[in-house]
Amino acid sequence: MENDTIITDTIDDSEDIHDSGKHDTADTKTALRTINLSVKFFDKLAIKNINIRVKKNNVAAIIGPSGCGKSTFLRSINLMHDLTPGAKVYGDIYVHNEHITDNNVVDLRKKVGMVFQKPNPFPTMSIYDNVAAGLKLNGIRNKSLFDETVEKNLTYTGLWDEVKDRLKSPAISLSGGQQQRLCIARTIAVKPEIILMDEPTSALDPVSTSKIEELIINFKKHYTIIIVTHNMQQAGRISDYTAFFYLGKLVEYSRTRRLFTNPREKLTEEYVTGKFG
Amino acid sequence: MELTEKKFKMPGNIRRRKLVNSVMIILCVIAGIITILPLLYIFFYTTKSGITSLNLDFFINMPKPVGEEGGGMANAIVGSIILIGIGSLIGIPVGVMSGIYISEYSKNITAFIIKFVTDILSGIPSIIIGIFAYGLIVINMQRFSALAGGFALGILMIPTITKVTEEMLKLVPQSIREASLALGVSRWKTVLRIALTTASSGIITGILLAIARAAGETAPLLFTAFGNSFWQTEIDQPIAALPLQIFAYAISPYEDWHRQAWAGAFVLILLVFVINLIVRFVTRNKFSGNQ
Repeated sequence: MENDTIITDTIDDSEDIHDSGKHDTADTKTALRTINLSVKFFDKLAIKNINIRVKKNNVAAIIGPSGCGKSTFLRSINLMHDLTPGAKVYGDIYVHNEHITDNNVVDLRKKVGMVFQKPNPFPTMSIYDNVAAGLKLNGIRNKSLFDETVEKNLTYTGLWDEVKDRLKSPAISLSGGQQQRLCIARTIAVKPEIILMDEPTSALDPVSTSKIEELIINFKKHYTIIIVTHNMQQAGRISDYTAFFYLGKLVEYSRTRRLFTNPREKLTEEYVTGKFG
Repeated sequence: MELTEKKFKMPGNIRRRKLVNSVMIILCVIAGIITILPLLYIFFYTTKSGITSLNLDFFINMPKPVGEEGGGMANAIVGSIILIGIGSLIGIPVGVMSGIYISEYSKNITAFIIKFVTDILSGIPSIIIGIFAYGLIVINMQRFSALAGGFALGILMIPTITKVTEEMLKLVPQSIREASLALGVSRWKTVLRIALTTASSGIITGILLAIARAAGETAPLLFTAFGNSFWQTEIDQPIAALPLQIFAYAISPYEDWHRQAWAGAFVLILLVFVINLIVRFVTRNKFSGNQ
């Protein structure tokens, strides 16, 4: 490894995301903090010494060209690399001031939900069962709680009116955009605190995309959201902070407005103005 | 960009190509016919010869001495059911679970070894498996038994079921498993309730086909279940089985028994046919798999 100095979030116009690199357990504003996070797949380093802090009830977008480690970063937060052969994660991740390996991985994933790139409803389950899946599979047996959860979360994701008459039909009978909103409903049904989104709209049409973007903006009241996106306009529309990844490194992490209008790094400027990527 | 056809000059030997094309298509059609002919022939011939001797007696009566009317193979039908039942009790859990292990938990050399051995096991002649059951169970119990026969059939079913389970689980998209894990569902529940459920119709197909194959096996039963001309349902006693009974009757010199053997063969084929129909029915409504 050559020069490992990376630009952390020493950002002048954002008063409170300065990261000293030390972990402060009394900090209650921070939802997520990574310290020197690196991920290796076999011998290949995918991301290198990422230091990021995400404030509670904020939307943080991660942008960067393909293969820059955006998804790798995201998936290390809910320990999704556990199942990837050859993946090794180094460094520390704190979710609400708790180190993610301090607790059971199952509990972590209940707190940190995830929405995937391609809608992935459970194909053998109905719409209803998909929303209730998180509760059901975790051993809860309470019909009225299921009913309540399903209605509440489908309403919240704007799907209730579209599907309330066919809750028992298979989830895969829905359109792609509806499926993705169903997946979001399924994710928030287990009441996470942080939601990770891995390019949730890249497989969707513009109308579905704008519906989901609206959701994300509304979600800020209740959740902290970290979203990977290929779409810079999307990052600009919905996020408070934006991180620019390049070749496995965090190049810049600033307030979104600043990153797009007045980036500190030349590389960032070139990327956001479309000179490469 | 004008990519017109003019740029590609038609090759001069276009007629030869067309000829080769037609010849190959004809060859493929002939191969297709050759594939289905034996099946049709077997089916119609067995039906023709067997259906006349098939009546209610065949299903509810015991074999009768030569010359007496109304004999049946009730004991063999029940025997076959018992043997397949024992075989399924052994073959299905072992097969499905090893399939799950290979597909879901394999990261290491053990899974490779299991896979490799399973492949070899599926190629071992069934009579060898009979000998294995003989050496392991018959010799130790000092007698032929339904248990030994069922054990042999179970061993025979394992590789098919393992393979099908593994392949069906591999068809379940990883993203579905991840969706479940990301909801905070534990690994084993994800495998059981998500992956296995999604793959279930394919796995059931494999199990039914394995059963259909085991139902028709004769060789591994020769010196394990042995056969029995009497009513027998104890699993530690020699037991009758349809294929064995057919074999015994077919090599006998009696016209009567030949007819019964045909009827038995017809019932066996019917059984396989019905199982295949069930398979089609089960897999018809594909509510699963990859979209």
